[in-house]
Amino acid sequence: MEKIIEVNDMVKQFGSFIANDHLTFDVYKGEIFGFLGANGAGKTTAIRILCGLSAPTSGDVKVAGFDIYRETEKVKKNIGYMSQKFSLYEDLTVSENIRFYGGIYGIPKKERKKKETELLQKLEMEEARDKLIVGLPLGWKQKLAFSVAILHQPKIVFLDEPTGGVDPITRRRFWDLIYEASADGITVFVTTHYMDEAEYCNRVSIMDEGKIEALDTPAALKQTYNSANMDEVFIQIARKPEAKKQ
Amino acid sequence: MIFWVPLMQMIILVFAATYDMKKIDMAVVDNDLSETSRQLIAKFDAIPFYNVEHAFLEVSSGEELLLSGSTDLVLVIPSGMEKKLIRENEAGLQLLVNAIESNSAQLIYSYSSKIISDFNRKLIAEQMGMPAFDPPARVNISESYWYNEKLDYKWYMAPGILSVLVTIIGMFMSGMNLVREKELGNIEQLNVTPIKKHQLIIGKLVPFWIIALFELAFGLIIARVVFKLPVEGSMVVLFGMAGLYLFSVLGLGLFISTVTHTQQQVMFMNFFFMLIFILMGGIFTPVESMPEWAQTINHINPVYYFMRIMRQVTLKGSGIFDMMDEIAGLSVLGITFLSLAIWRYRKTN
Repeated sequence: MEKIIEVNDMVKQFGSFIANDHLTFDVYKGEIFGFLGANGAGKTTAIRILCGLSAPTSGDVKVAGFDIYRETEKVKKNIGYMSQKFSLYEDLTVSENIRFYGGIYGIPKKERKKKETELLQKLEMEEARDKLIVGLPLGWKQKLAFSVAILHQPKIVFLDEPTGGVDPITRRRFWDLIYEASADGITVFVTTHYMDEAEYCNRVSIMDEGKIEALDTPAALKQTYNSANMDEVFIQIARKPEAKKQ
Repeated sequence: MIFWVPLMQMIILVFAATYDMKKIDMAVVDNDLSETSRQLIAKFDAIPFYNVEHAFLEVSSGEELLLSGSTDLVLVIPSGMEKKLIRENEAGLQLLVNAIESNSAQLIYSYSSKIISDFNRKLIAEQMGMPAFDPPARVNISESYWYNEKLDYKWYMAPGILSVLVTIIGMFMSGMNLVREKELGNIEQLNVTPIKKHQLIIGKLVPFWIIALFELAFGLIIARVVFKLPVEGSMVVLFGMAGLYLFSVLGLGLFISTVTHTQQQVMFMNFFFMLIFILMGGIFTPVESMPEWAQTINHINPVYYFMRIMRQVTLKGSGIFDMMDEIAGLSVLGITFLSLAIWRYRKTN
């Protein structure tokens, strides 16, 4: 299988604190890769490095075939990013946001208009076209943010806790969009702390205190840790250091 | 709000920040009590903005009044002035001026000495028994104040205040906007896109550039209506220069916002630069009377250039070729600040 993200011995240090401790992993083209870990495990740090928002302290990182140090801007052309904190301009309308991001990625006007119509149809949000983002329900915002992040047909989309704070049904619908993007050939790199979402991934890695403790398919992980679901797998891994300390 | 708030400021400030003398409170200590001294006092009293409020016989009473701050000027006429004048052809007078505000003190002094020397001249003429139609030969000074004939202080202040307003609007808004995106976190969303750094900075510059020019237009209209401020020069030149000037101010604002993380920090930094730039730029005090080092610093002060341009174009009608120094200075500053902003902006931290 073709590797689309190659991470080799990546370290990120903030002063004496090691946020990413010698990470090594690959992500294959077209897969849905779950990046799991407790809060503060170093997930967001890693995803920010992969997106070119933050420079690693050491190690080799290639994203979409480009070196993260030297070809940062080329990487950026080939990725989409949706963060937990912010994605869309709240004081712009739905349509304006689509236009704005479409413009930044250099999508021609005609094509952008076509995409906008398709996108709003798919999300059943045609009536909200001229509404301000600030007034939309959180679930809508998330779906729209995701659609905008893949508007320019990136090779990879990075999702940093995309479904925080919404109900299970809305989350399920969001995952339908992820599957659709994956079927279109977009590699999905997603962090989450919902273990039911981990089950939807092709492969998952579980981080703890800056290190990757486990990386495999959900089924294999359940077998290795002799657990009925990912929840138990996660708890076993996350508790290990505590046991060590005691 | 970004329109009416600055305009209120402009109207209030221009009317308030004036050095024009409206009324001079005056006390007289007349120890001579002669015909001449009475004539002199009457001469002062006849001038509308001199207000002869008190007359004493003791110098100390006049000094007390000065100390309590209830008079601006004390005229002391020593006893025997008239006699001395007749016998020796000269006599002394004393002017005590309240100089808490040195600017007005100087004005009071020069007005008053002019009145006295006028009086003096008449006295000489009378004494020499010469008829008015044949005065002694002497040099006459007749003044004409160019560019601001009536010495209307508002005409001096209005372009100055207007430049300050345009500066504040431009610098604060551009700086705050970028840092607000940092606070909200949407700057990250921009940083993961392939947008070029200069595109981003220009995108953050142009809207505020346009708003600031609108503000200037609006301010000029108000200045025209309220203060009858003339614009002798060409509007094209004025706005062209303002446009050039705004590049340096907005560039500096954006540069500050690239090195700060919160809106408070931006406020603090902007305030620091603003205060120095505006006060040193010559809004109240002429730059020419500042110490050498201050004049040197003013070469990197965009407000200094713009203040000069505004006054020159509105009052004097200067064209582009009269302001080559200012154009050169502003171009260098604009390019420098904008380059700094683009260079310092980090897409990857």
